Amino acid sequence: MKKEKTIFLVDDDTDYLFQQGHNIKKLGFNVVTAESQKEAEKKLETFKPDLAIYDLMMENDDSGFILSYKTRNKYPDVPIIIATAVASETGISFDLQSESERKWIKADLYLEKGIRNDQLHREINKLLRI
Amino acid sequence: MEKLNVLVVDDEPGICSGINRILRKFSVDYPFMDDVIGFDLETAETGEEAIEIINKQQTDIVLLDNKLPGIQGNDVLEYINQKQFDTYVIIITSHASLEVAIKATKNGAYDFVPKPFTPQELKSSMENVTRQIFLRRMTSKLNKEGKQIRFQFLSVMSHELKAPINAVEGYLDMMKKQEFGENIKDYEDVISRMEKRMENMRNLIMDMLDLTQIESGKKSRELSSVNLVDIAKSSIDMMQPYAIQKDVTINLNSPEQLNLQADPDEMEIILNNLISNAIKYNKQSGTVDCNIRQNKGFATLTVTDTGIGMDKSEQTKLFNEFVRIKNEKTKNISGSGLGLSIVKKLVDIYNGDIHVNSEPDKGSSFTVTIPVNTNTGKEAAENDAEQESNQNETE
Repeated sequence: MKKEKTIFLVDDDTDYLFQQGHNIKKLGFNVVTAESQKEAEKKLETFKPDLAIYDLMMENDDSGFILSYKTRNKYPDVPIIIATAVASETGISFDLQSESERKWIKADLYLEKGIRNDQLHREINKLLRI
Repeated sequence: MEKLNVLVVDDEPGICSGINRILRKFSVDYPFMDDVIGFDLETAETGEEAIEIINKQQTDIVLLDNKLPGIQGNDVLEYINQKQFDTYVIIITSHASLEVAIKATKNGAYDFVPKPFTPQELKSSMENVTRQIFLRRMTSKLNKEGKQIRFQFLSVMSHELKAPINAVEGYLDMMKKQEFGENIKDYEDVISRMEKRMENMRNLIMDMLDLTQIESGKKSRELSSVNLVDIAKSSIDMMQPYAIQKDVTINLNSPEQLNLQADPDEMEIILNNLISNAIKYNKQSGTVDCNIRQNKGFATLTVTDTGIGMDKSEQTKLFNEFVRIKNEKTKNISGSGLGLSIVKKLVDIYNGDIHVNSEPDKGSSFTVTIPVNTNTGKEAAENDAEQESNQNETE
């Protein structure tokens, strides 16, 4: 049997985490969750996910970026999605971030929160090359 | 229906007509918006042609193919940027790589649509950019009208209000699809989470109303001689059920009476916020000490808890709007993130001062100092103005 892929889902909204976790499980993946940047960092010490989905704003405004950076350093081949509601709501697009920040932000995809399940599935498959 | 002018720049006629089909009947609306926004489309096959059109007429959105026969998409982008047109650019590219994205972002592209794209992908990108345009125009319009509505506040507010709506919608959707069974009993947890989110949302709205009323100055303020000790007592009474839940003891150390010139409602908001925070962030079986003293011309109110406390960097953010200290210890505590910024605003109105002493895992102590007898800042300013006009009259 094919080994199930594990997706690491990090978000500080417990309900979002529960719902999205449930959705992703239904797509046939294993899901490991964390509720904060700090918890996520701890978990990354102990396991390597096949793909990571990070919320942008958690205990820091740029928690998702920090996590991406750290994930890339430790596991360069793990695809990363940053899920955010930032752009559509605040009009803060990433080009407003500082030059230095942009250099080290490494994510494969920025997704708006509220993305439909089938869209998410497609993006995940694309990144996992399934 | 308001229309935005969209220019599609692509040398493949198929893409142009495809986009046309997708966007012809598409429109965008937004909660704050009375009207929906639709799109008028125009097409260009080359970058040169695109620049000509952009120079000729107001173009709101450009859907720009990266690879063009003559000058490249990025050149058009650079041109738009240099000339500082009020134009948003969405790059359509078949070579969606982070490198292309970063280069275009540097040049001011708003978004990317990878080629080939689904109608939904194009629509969601158009939706984002339209909202952005709408919000920006609304902001500049409001500024022109001299209204002191802050864009940042609106957007954060919409974020804070949307999070609980999204959560509840998500759960409702799960119920509709009967994800956890056919029996209503299977959804007890889901229902209680929804209730919790709704309750938080209600609190947030109440806090927000308090804050906007204070800020707009619309709340009619009635200054009279109020006994701060009485207000503290009634506030403690009100919080008692909450304290009992957490087995927290509240002590009041005060003289019988401490009168100051103030609006009783405002004093109540200050005390309620400080005392409820002291319970909320306390440990099980902790204590809250509420000290009230008069010191020369000032009333000093100190609310001390034996709770989770916070470190120095957390303390500095504390009084800002929508700031919630997020860490392991606070993750299960809900709040609007507005309480302390409300308290701070009120204390400022009274020309008072608030500060915090706190130590992680030991507790926090909030001290508010308010002049007993002087006019509030606002009134003082009004008096100044009055005196000035009197002087003018005598001249």
